[in-house]
Amino acid sequence: MSEEQIKNLEKQFEERIARDEKIEPKDWMPEKYRKTHIRQMSQHAHSEIVGMLPEGNWITRAPSLRRKVALLAKVQDEAGHGLYLYSATETLGVSRDELYEQLHSGKAKYSSIFNYPTITWADMGAIGWLVDGAAIINQVPLCNTSYGPYARAMIRVCKEESFHQRQGYEIMMKLANGTPEQKEMAQDALNRWWWPSLMMLGPTDDVSVHTEQSMKWKLKRKSNDDLRQQFIDQTVPQADLIGLTIPDPDLKWNEERQSYDFGEIDWDEFWQVVKGHGPCNKERMKARVGAWERGEWVRDAAMAHAEKKQERKEKQAV
Amino acid sequence: MSNKKNWPLWEIFVRSKNGLEHRHFGSLHAADADMALENARDVYTRRNEGVSIWVVESKHITASNPENNGELFEPAQDKVYRHPTFYDLPDEVKHM
Repeated sequence: MSEEQIKNLEKQFEERIARDEKIEPKDWMPEKYRKTHIRQMSQHAHSEIVGMLPEGNWITRAPSLRRKVALLAKVQDEAGHGLYLYSATETLGVSRDELYEQLHSGKAKYSSIFNYPTITWADMGAIGWLVDGAAIINQVPLCNTSYGPYARAMIRVCKEESFHQRQGYEIMMKLANGTPEQKEMAQDALNRWWWPSLMMLGPTDDVSVHTEQSMKWKLKRKSNDDLRQQFIDQTVPQADLIGLTIPDPDLKWNEERQSYDFGEIDWDEFWQVVKGHGPCNKERMKARVGAWERGEWVRDAAMAHAEKKQERKEKQAV
Repeated sequence: MSNKKNWPLWEIFVRSKNGLEHRHFGSLHAADADMALENARDVYTRRNEGVSIWVVESKHITASNPENNGELFEPAQDKVYRHPTFYDLPDEVKHM
């Protein structure tokens, strides 16, 4: 194809997206569109998979059967979300093995929030309430993104995510209304998860590099700062309601903006964690890679068994 | 690692309730059809989304190429006489 022809195709492609048409796997697409989607979608899938680790940590120690079945179901959902997203990514012509390889080698990123430790039961509450809350704000606009398989996966994910947030908030509510020790535990979890949750919505608009292109392709509908403001405005009253205090001395209702003003985010911490120096980066990767490697014989055995069954069937057919 | 046999990809179709057709839900990897069915149950029907599942190994699906959409689908575009609105009838005609 000549450069002229490609330019022309690209123009038609952008116009289709602008008309709200969806792009499907076998459609022609610019290489950059394919690459950007593989990167963002696989990063999203990796986050779901690694995201199981901090919560999986508490399944055996959940305080009641009710909490245990809920947490187990939530973690299983995260696995499901990872699988929807991996298979959607594979429609772009990358194999599952390549995607795992990118995660395991550290080439691909996952959400930094999962590099923080879960040291008390209240962290299960804070993660559901805040981390899933921020994730929902990030994800809802993606239900309408331009790439069909991604949009369809996100619709399914978003439907399931709301139970996650509610179960988290319920845990926090219960602790906040419990003994002084329990309330303190809830407050401590909020203190530790608040700022990392704000960081989940991404760097501030002035330094965010991908925004314009992503807006065009509907990988993004609102800027990071707008999403963050939305998250803060909806979460602060939820904290008030259960008597917990947002750990930000500068947090103040701004009558004129009809929004909360908030304090400075420690972006140095954010970039440190992104670069691999968070409290649990190494531990998470070790757990993930270890699980993959220890499962290898099971995958091989299943494949060998399937082949043997197939051979036997073919022999009988002769 | 590279000459290893990986679990093949399967396309999953789910009937959400009797009376409706099976619809494509997504795909997953499994060693064989039985495992694909079991995995599909866990991945795609955790909340009663289905009453029946079909699995088809992805390589068995033949798909049309969107680049040929012109010759495939355009012939239908100029055949307006296949639609009821093509026929001019007086307003007085009822039930038609």
